[in-house]
Amino acid sequence: MKLTKNVIISRKGFQPLPSSILLKGGTIVDPLQNVNEQKDLMIENGQIVQLGRIESKNFEGDVLDCHKKVITPGWLDMHVHLREPGYEGKETVATGSLAAANGGFTGVCCMPNTAPPIDSQEIIQYIKDRSKGSLVNVYPVAAITKKREGKELAEILELVEQGAVAISDDGSPVMSAEIMRRALEYSKMCDIPVIGHEEDSTMTAGGDMNEGFVSTCQGLNGMPSVAEEIMIARDIMLAEYTDARFHVAHISTAKSVELVRQAKIKGIKVTCEVTPHHFTLIDETVRTFDTNTKMNPPLRTEVDRQALCEGLKDGTIDVIASDHAPHSFEEKEAEYIYAPFGIIGLETSLGLALSQLYHKKLISLEQLVNKFAVYPYRILNLECPEIKTGSVANLTIFDPQESWQVTPAKFLSKSANTPFANWKLKGKPFAVVNNNQIFVSVL
Amino acid sequence: MVLHSKHLLGLDGIPQKDIITILDTAKSFREVLDRPIKRLPTLQGKTVVNLFYEPSTRTRISFELAEKRLSADIVSFSASNSSVKKGETLIDTVKNIEAMKIDMVVVRHSSPGVAHLLARVLTSHIINGGDGGHEHPTQALLDMFTIRQKLGNLQGKTIALVGDISHSRVAMSNIYGLKKVGARVLVCGPSTLIPREIEKLGIEVYYNIDEIIPQVDVLNILRLQLERQREALFPSLREYHNYFGITRERLEGATKPILIMHPGPMNRGIEISSDVADSDHSVILEQVTNGVAVRMAVLYLLAGGRSETH
Repeated sequence: MKLTKNVIISRKGFQPLPSSILLKGGTIVDPLQNVNEQKDLMIENGQIVQLGRIESKNFEGDVLDCHKKVITPGWLDMHVHLREPGYEGKETVATGSLAAANGGFTGVCCMPNTAPPIDSQEIIQYIKDRSKGSLVNVYPVAAITKKREGKELAEILELVEQGAVAISDDGSPVMSAEIMRRALEYSKMCDIPVIGHEEDSTMTAGGDMNEGFVSTCQGLNGMPSVAEEIMIARDIMLAEYTDARFHVAHISTAKSVELVRQAKIKGIKVTCEVTPHHFTLIDETVRTFDTNTKMNPPLRTEVDRQALCEGLKDGTIDVIASDHAPHSFEEKEAEYIYAPFGIIGLETSLGLALSQLYHKKLISLEQLVNKFAVYPYRILNLECPEIKTGSVANLTIFDPQESWQVTPAKFLSKSANTPFANWKLKGKPFAVVNNNQIFVSVL
Repeated sequence: MVLHSKHLLGLDGIPQKDIITILDTAKSFREVLDRPIKRLPTLQGKTVVNLFYEPSTRTRISFELAEKRLSADIVSFSASNSSVKKGETLIDTVKNIEAMKIDMVVVRHSSPGVAHLLARVLTSHIINGGDGGHEHPTQALLDMFTIRQKLGNLQGKTIALVGDISHSRVAMSNIYGLKKVGARVLVCGPSTLIPREIEKLGIEVYYNIDEIIPQVDVLNILRLQLERQREALFPSLREYHNYFGITRERLEGATKPILIMHPGPMNRGIEISSDVADSDHSVILEQVTNGVAVRMAVLYLLAGGRSETH
């Protein structure tokens, strides 16, 4: 039987992988194996058993036509808000995982600003239970401080033992330098990164957008770029002082990139991520008063956007992560100052990265795979999937040349708050394989 | 006379032609206000809803009087933002009101962009009565009308906006409007109350009142939002008044008569001293009278501007 795309298309969920399946005609790109060439790939019982030129004539199992497709180790989005527990109206572990698979990801890290927050073993276990049996691996990020209040350290060792892969108070900064210092010191015992939401909240309180010419014209309260930069500078110094691992979440300004670049030259253990919306959009789009231009950190200027692209190109920026932040229609369809911060990103990340970075010749496919798979796994001290015989099949498959239009009605996320509706992108997710399951994108 | 714009959302997005049309039309309505019978049948049968989500006395009464003098049917609604926030969404509220068949909405709200939001979801004509720190177009139009009335024209005149510029919708609309008609615009105030990169709008920034007084034809003195002292934007009212308050003594540096304007409500003794506010050069109350005429012009023109009844 030939397995066509139609057979396994399903909005209902993940499908079991046929016991024997041949991915025919795709280009394998795996920087860890130093491979970038057309090879067929045979999977049996979820494991890669053969790589190379394989004739489908004599093959007994299913065949998935992968001509023109690129097959890479499964991608990990290390910055996702799954909203469960507490805000199931916006997203759940189940719908967020479907959105991830639809967008080409086989793994996500979920951020701890849930209700209750991920600051106890029970909540970590709850999320693990909710994602059991899923194609998408869900890696919880635990809170740095109890209730994410920035006052007392959470029980970090226990949280890590239960399955937390990093700690972060994401959504809020750790304003106390003393607490941040202790968190960095303590995190060294379990070799996890501390992920910083870098924002001096005394400077950004009441802000709605980047501070600058556009905020002046729009009469909106500004959030100055320096509020991010001084926190990154502080935390780089603390990381140096404590010799701990520090990861900057959603970096957004030119000076922030420069701070990380200099810190890396000095050998300080700092890494960082950028979102597709920050390397694509700028504050000028806020002139529309579309609340899907409201996010934190805010969209910055063209100078910042170019510096982010440069940082991606020269390797200062390690990772692309979406900061997928679902909000309900009625919350976003509000007055600008009352609308919550954040947009969804799982289903547009791949297309934006290929359109804005790969097709503009800023980064190669290998670099793209590094930023979406190899480095996020490395930063989190997790094993990155590999494409070699004997490995578990954990794959992201996409068509780098296919043009498509972003249609929020096709999203599997529970929310649709995106500024990219109707955008034409080049590069489209095709399918993901993981945990002996397959999902073909319905975008 | 007709407008090219369907709404009056701000002076940023509106063509210069429309600004001139409104100011010219307001002139004839201003004459009507001096008649014993001030009512015209122009908007008979039209329904205007005034939605005030922020407290207002002067602007609201001015709009209501303008509507009444044009014989519109009017409904006014005011609510505090906080109580509304908990209940139905703004969009649901305004769609419900529109479902009762109305023609125009005047809206004031503390969030920038609310007039734009209404223009997007409703089919009625929208007039921005002030959206947060963004724009207050009818205030700027009445300021421009008053300057034109007193000084003959706007082109080439030097107008200074003084004081609390940051997040002043009056300042922003004045800047957009005055630049479009060829005036020279200065802003002057404490550096903490002047928003970043405002000079990119083609205006000049000063921090010393005594430097601008010899240069200007008009001082438009903005209201100091007193709560800003809590935000640590300036140290004390005393220091503010000593350095930025407009006093008779300070005006002695003038080289020609200066028109004194203030959009109200005034903090007497802080941004403006009483002897200046009540002086012969002050046109503050005339601004208020002109406000009704300008708003009549806006309502009339947006409604179609066809029935020449006055």
